[in-house]
Amino acid sequence: MSGGPARPGSGAETINFIFDGTAYQARPGDTLAAALLANGVGLVGRSFKYHRPRGVMTAGVEEPNALVTVGRGGRAEPNTRATDLFVYEGMVATSQNRWPSLWFDVASVFGLAAPALSAGFYYKTFFGPAKQWMYYEWFIRRAAGLGKAPTETDPDNFSQRAGFCDVLVVGSGPAGLKAALAAAESGSRVMLVEQDAVPGGSLLRDPDPALDSAWIERTLARIKTLGGYVLLRTTASGYWDHNFLTLTERLAEPGAVPAHGFAQRLWHVRAGRVVLATGLIERPVPFSHNDRPGVMLSQAVRTYLRRFGVIPGKRVVIATNNDDAYLTAEALREAGAEVLAILDSRAPGSGPSMAAGFTVLYDARPAGVTGRKHALRKVTALVGAGELSWEADLLAVSGGFVPVAHLHMQAGGKLEWNEDAQAFVPGATPQECVTVGAAAAPPSASPATLAGHPKKSFVDFQNDVTLADIDLAWQEGYRSVEHLKRYTTLGMATDQGKTSNMVALSRLAEKQGVAMPDAGLTTFRPPFTPVTMGLLAGAGARNAGAHVRRIALHDLHAAQDPLWQPMGYWFRPRAYPVNGETLSDAALREAFVVRTSVGLTDVSTLGKFEISGPDAGALLEVVCATTASKLAVGRGRYTFMLREDGFVFDDGTIWRLGEQRFLLTSSTGGADRMAGHLSYIRNYLRSDMRCSVVNVQEHFAGIALAGPRARAVLAALIGSEPPRHMSAAPAVLAGVPVIVLAASYSGERAFEIYAEATMASDVWHAIAAAVAAEGGAPYGLEAMELLRIEKGHVVVGGEVDGRTTPHDLGLHKMLNKAGGFVGASGLERAALKAAGRYNLVGLESLEGPIAEGAMLVGRAGTSPQGHVTAAGRRILEGGSIALAHLLDGHMRRGEVITVTSPTRGIKTRARVTSPHFYDPAGERYRD
Amino acid sequence: MYEIACPHCGPRAQLEFTYERTVDSVVVPGLDATEAMQTLYTRANPMGLDEEVWRHTFGCRAWLVLTRHRVTHVIEAVHAVGPETLP
Repeated sequence: MSGGPARPGSGAETINFIFDGTAYQARPGDTLAAALLANGVGLVGRSFKYHRPRGVMTAGVEEPNALVTVGRGGRAEPNTRATDLFVYEGMVATSQNRWPSLWFDVASVFGLAAPALSAGFYYKTFFGPAKQWMYYEWFIRRAAGLGKAPTETDPDNFSQRAGFCDVLVVGSGPAGLKAALAAAESGSRVMLVEQDAVPGGSLLRDPDPALDSAWIERTLARIKTLGGYVLLRTTASGYWDHNFLTLTERLAEPGAVPAHGFAQRLWHVRAGRVVLATGLIERPVPFSHNDRPGVMLSQAVRTYLRRFGVIPGKRVVIATNNDDAYLTAEALREAGAEVLAILDSRAPGSGPSMAAGFTVLYDARPAGVTGRKHALRKVTALVGAGELSWEADLLAVSGGFVPVAHLHMQAGGKLEWNEDAQAFVPGATPQECVTVGAAAAPPSASPATLAGHPKKSFVDFQNDVTLADIDLAWQEGYRSVEHLKRYTTLGMATDQGKTSNMVALSRLAEKQGVAMPDAGLTTFRPPFTPVTMGLLAGAGARNAGAHVRRIALHDLHAAQDPLWQPMGYWFRPRAYPVNGETLSDAALREAFVVRTSVGLTDVSTLGKFEISGPDAGALLEVVCATTASKLAVGRGRYTFMLREDGFVFDDGTIWRLGEQRFLLTSSTGGADRMAGHLSYIRNYLRSDMRCSVVNVQEHFAGIALAGPRARAVLAALIGSEPPRHMSAAPAVLAGVPVIVLAASYSGERAFEIYAEATMASDVWHAIAAAVAAEGGAPYGLEAMELLRIEKGHVVVGGEVDGRTTPHDLGLHKMLNKAGGFVGASGLERAALKAAGRYNLVGLESLEGPIAEGAMLVGRAGTSPQGHVTAAGRRILEGGSIALAHLLDGHMRRGEVITVTSPTRGIKTRARVTSPHFYDPAGERYRD
Repeated sequence: MYEIACPHCGPRAQLEFTYERTVDSVVVPGLDATEAMQTLYTRANPMGLDEEVWRHTFGCRAWLVLTRHRVTHVIEAVHAVGPETLP
């Protein structure tokens, strides 16, 4: 920059920071953009697609160009706006989209190939020949995303908090401050939020003697005294239904080490009324190379001059279609900069009286600029029919003002066209919400008339969309603004088109030959400014994402140092390895013990519901697809449940413990869903039934005892003959009252013993000791899986995958013939009875192991006919077996098919069999 | 996020509630297969008021019927449903 320092005075620079490896100094209160401009750094980043040099364009959150990555390691935050980032001691910021350096960027030569990347480039490329795709892939890979997300874990915490108020005021400019004060004075609970670190809004740029900093301080103090909240550095980022807003509060600047461990706080606020004092965003002006460093919005220039004491340029041209930019001319003159010319696009005589003393050219508009790295060199303008140019280092532009109506629109509000301001202003809203201040009444501006080359006139700076791209989209038939947006990616960058949407709309309206309000509008969606993922996760980050519930016997298992497996909300032992066994060795040993002797395992996590009352049996016959009410007292049965569309969604057992009292068990993972389903049926669908449903899932701990010696072991423990298969009986074991259910999942004689959770450890110890004396051992989920696969029992989430009917699973003979259960009508659909469905089958390998998830094919190269749901082995004899869903599998027993997993390179041939490999007649558990 | 006035608990945030279905998609007992499938899959989706079944799952667990406007999201009425007393 020529002609002296960019910031008069010295000695106030006390903060050290680093930008792209170079050390600089900043003054307290500086944004990174202000500090860089003060240090003569005009080139701050490269553009996304063409890698064009970019500088600071704005002084607010709408900044599309000056995006940096700030902070180190897991704290690094990419795509941070340099205009919305306050410098702190030791801050490290780096520019984006450049390689090897910002100064010399290799990819910027591809800017010369700009036509190759025009609107709709992706869509056209995907349909192009493969070779072309290889060539373009390089661009796409680089273009996919702006800054790089850190790979390390974020060391900071994020908090969330609820807030309630009568009046929420967004924005602390003059209108917002007055509204908040008035509301507080009238006795309302007030929350005032300001995204900036300093209150005052436009007053920071255009001081008002009547509303000076002392007035601002007094006002805020008064609001707080009256019980109001004032939240600075807090953005109202989302406006949702029923006056619910989310606020994002920065407790530390991006990349900084937070003082109390928390980087940000997310507020959930329910407000009685919302006052939006959100102000205006200035509209840029398109012309050739309008994206170069040194082209800046007029109000931003004023902000740097007045708020930060930085002079962004010494020889300045101003281009405007409104009076506001004349204030910038005055501010520049005050600061000692030279205003070479004011280009006013309006007719002669326009402009305010203060224009005196400035060279004002009417009917004038910028046509192009040339520049050096950090500033402009020359500005060319079209004045009337002639062309003029100036040696200037800065061009301040103003294309009018756009009310910040984002929150208003998120609230479901409408916009109205204001011809005088050439802008959309907030109109009616369905929520308790009002817009005040400049956002409700933007200043006058005249319609834009443009000069310059459309291919070099940028509209969306962040996504590198030019006027020519909009024209091309129009030419190719994209008439709707929503289509245009998606085709060109206009307004889809992290700035969400804050500076570009209106410029693009006016181009579209011009193409269509319609007035602006008839060109249509895109949807404004939350968040207003980007929100970090950590903030949304809040306290749910790291291990707190899902609660781990401990089963009653957790510590007892932990003492044996098992391998664990998450199961529903719990952790259950997967295997109990001894002497350094691997998981599969341990599981096979445990399963072998069950087949030959006896084992015990913890089944506490199963869903358990106690259903009692005169209509308990009838309710079960609505829930379950099998019969229930015919069970004799003391007897139980296997059951399964259907969705209304006829597909199986869970299975379990029913036990009749008394005349009017049943116990229903269901799968661990589906227990919550089952609880909701039971509640819906009992309380909504059949509220006429006289029964109660109580969820006793964690009230009872369950221990399964299985193996040929199980009956003898249990008889000794309870001092009487255990119930026969599928019967239930109360007993006392180790002094603890228990319920013994004789049911087998493993295929062996087996019992499930339920005791109150608080007393279950004595029961476990007693059984474990008796099992050990028989040469048995505890077994985990992995052994249970081997046992049930060999037996051919289905599991919810494996074979029961939401696409299987009772017939597919071979369960149809158990259906309640009387119907009346949920899903009975769904099952009647013809398609569920037709051929061409996937049926449950067994597979017996003729060669090597079968891979779980592998697909089944007839011949190589033909379409898959099913997949393996669970793979195991014959526990005693060895040999690889599996359960699978196979097309029309019930009809294909004996057929040999190929089981292949190309991704794992595993392929084998297998014979289709019954899914019941072990004791299909069930002789081993019958008395 | 809606604010739902639970008849038992007062106004509460939507995250305490779970949505079940629209009242017109409740498959009541006794429908034949055609009627049941029409109820499930052929819905009215009115542009205006509609009745919906919700549950205050993370509150009092009561089942509720909401009269909700599908465009403005205004909830005009909330009433509890289900058995009066347990046996």
